[in-house]
Amino acid sequence: MNKSSGLSDWVLFFGFAAVVLTMPLWLAPFGAAYPDLMQKFAIFGVFAIGFNILFGLTGYLSFGHAAFLGAGSYAAIWSYKALTMNVVPAILFAVIVAGIFAFLIGYVSLRRSGIYFSILTLAFAQMSYNLAYSVLTPITNGETGLQLTLADPRVLDAMVGIEATSSLPLPNFFGIITTGIPGFYFCATVLIIAFFISLRIARSPFGMMLKAIKSNQTRMAYTGFNTRPYLLWAFVISGMYAGLAGGLMAVTDPLAGAERMQWTASGEVVLMTILGGAGTLVGPVIGAAVIKYFENIFSAFNKAELQQIFSALPDGLENIVVSVASMFVGKGWHLTLGLLFMIVVIFLPGGIMEGVRRIGRLMGIGKKPETQPVSVANSQQGQANG
Amino acid sequence: MDAILLQILNGLDKGAAYALIALGLTLVFGTLGVVNFAHGAIFMLGAFCAVTFNRVLSMSTKVRDESVTLFEAFKEVPILTTKFPVVGPVILDYAVPLSLLVAIPIMLLLGFAMERGLIRHFYKRPHADQILVTFGLAIILQEIIKHYFGANPIPQSAPAAFAGSANISAYFGVGENIIYPWWRLIYLAFSVFIISCVFAFLHLTTFGMVVRAGMQDREMVGMLGINIQRRFSIVFGMAAVVAGMAGVMYTPILPPDYHMGMDFLVLSFVVVVVGGMGSLGGAVAAGFLLGILQSFASMNEVKSIIPGIDQIIIYLVAVVVLLVLPRGLLGRKGVMED
Repeated sequence: MNKSSGLSDWVLFFGFAAVVLTMPLWLAPFGAAYPDLMQKFAIFGVFAIGFNILFGLTGYLSFGHAAFLGAGSYAAIWSYKALTMNVVPAILFAVIVAGIFAFLIGYVSLRRSGIYFSILTLAFAQMSYNLAYSVLTPITNGETGLQLTLADPRVLDAMVGIEATSSLPLPNFFGIITTGIPGFYFCATVLIIAFFISLRIARSPFGMMLKAIKSNQTRMAYTGFNTRPYLLWAFVISGMYAGLAGGLMAVTDPLAGAERMQWTASGEVVLMTILGGAGTLVGPVIGAAVIKYFENIFSAFNKAELQQIFSALPDGLENIVVSVASMFVGKGWHLTLGLLFMIVVIFLPGGIMEGVRRIGRLMGIGKKPETQPVSVANSQQGQANG
Repeated sequence: MDAILLQILNGLDKGAAYALIALGLTLVFGTLGVVNFAHGAIFMLGAFCAVTFNRVLSMSTKVRDESVTLFEAFKEVPILTTKFPVVGPVILDYAVPLSLLVAIPIMLLLGFAMERGLIRHFYKRPHADQILVTFGLAIILQEIIKHYFGANPIPQSAPAAFAGSANISAYFGVGENIIYPWWRLIYLAFSVFIISCVFAFLHLTTFGMVVRAGMQDREMVGMLGINIQRRFSIVFGMAAVVAGMAGVMYTPILPPDYHMGMDFLVLSFVVVVVGGMGSLGGAVAAGFLLGILQSFASMNEVKSIIPGIDQIIIYLVAVVVLLVLPRGLLGRKGVMED
């Protein structure tokens, strides 16, 4: 890293924080400035940042990260039920449980690499999902999902004299109810902290080690490094991020269901990271936001609205266009998602960040070509700078 | 004794489906070196070929219902039965096996189109990219099916002659009272036949010999002046046909819905890994083995000792096998070692 990277990192960090915190302002014209959606941006941003620490830095593709998210959610709800409705213990609890869980799974899975690693993580995640649905029902409440009840003990709350009234208590941050806009600011703050930590990790010797593992693990081993502890730590940190995201989900909505652990959920975070740009710092957050935004927009459309949009076309043509377009919206949103997935992987393996860089290079704003020759080593560095 | 035999039989038909899908996966992986996450979707498309074929056959017209005399009543009667009163009902009855005839060419074409149009561009890309792009393709295929056929399972019936159950004990003289559905026996026999065909094709024909040589060392085969790429494309089509046929024949056992492909794919991948990447025999053996294990694990006696074991047995076995035998049961050295 060159000397200026310290300064530019701070610029990047403060820019990121400013953009995240002003979301309610600049998202308003897009019709996305309501708390529910913005909370999702922040939560999935955290999830994708965490996934990126593993996949982006080390190149190990985990297909089972949703298991940690689910574990975090369950842990947070249990903290509500047993201890207090304050979100801080819930989140701590979520991160710790997910971390332990990730350590156990990572210890076994990381003995293999490549596709074997992907399959092993997938197997573990599916195992957790199946167990959460069936045998672990006393802990997870099976299909119904884990919910709060009035009869929960809430030991700490009872000690300070907060009694449950006739309605269910809401999660709070020292008295501030964390739903709606305050909930968004809470998630946004966590996202910014999570981003800062990932920035420090990427710039640290540890981060360099992870990138070295990605570019050539065998050489690392020959140089005398035992790569497994580094990988395991990356896996655990990444799992803790997922647990944090799961905890945040419980913060904004005190419910947890097993479907959060399903492998399609793992696939979603992979897509977010890839779409934004794996290995870049802000890419995963952008990917998460884009996917959640489009999910929201596309799944809200229905046929009548489409007919209105295309009403300018001649009748016969209109019907054809509407029937084709209706495949992609509403319940067919996943079709759009799949298409997006393929297009990104085929044409833009570097994701949105790569696209931005290419456009920048075309416009001549990017760094001069002679200082940034297109080689593997430098494009990696370039990604880290992005 | 009877219970054990019955569980083995129960496991075999599920294992047969795993084996057929895993066989295709391994073929594609062993030849083209591509990890195909869309293979389950092909299985699913095969099943929906049967559904479509059945729908086309049973297209109906309104005919006056003679049995109602009080008023003018109409009933729906398939055109096939009115036009061909003798053959029509038989064809309708055998719609599922007959749809194999339609499914085979469709799957072959689909396989070629997939390989030439998409997979070909991913030979040199990392495995992660291959997984991701085929994963995207699988989502697209399954969403298209969902759009046209809806989200609910569509039950298909086996031919009336095979709809009942067979008394295995009476026919084969084993055990005392083993009752087993006919169609599952047929499925088992069918999959054994298909698997033997694939092995015979690979081991007894010149084409198969070249393909096997290419799996060992494709550069050498290429240097001998053989267009190995072209043959591998054909193998991809073959794998698609195998998966499609497996799907068609499975419809009477499991009503097809749009996500059946994904459900089977995840398990089939585990099967491939347990059997050993790139080992055809391993994939088949592991498919049947895991099917049987799963069926034993879902016995009540076993479940009462270890609750929930039926849900996780396959994954558990996969984890243990990978940790003890990193190459899988019959994996070859040098295949996907990195």
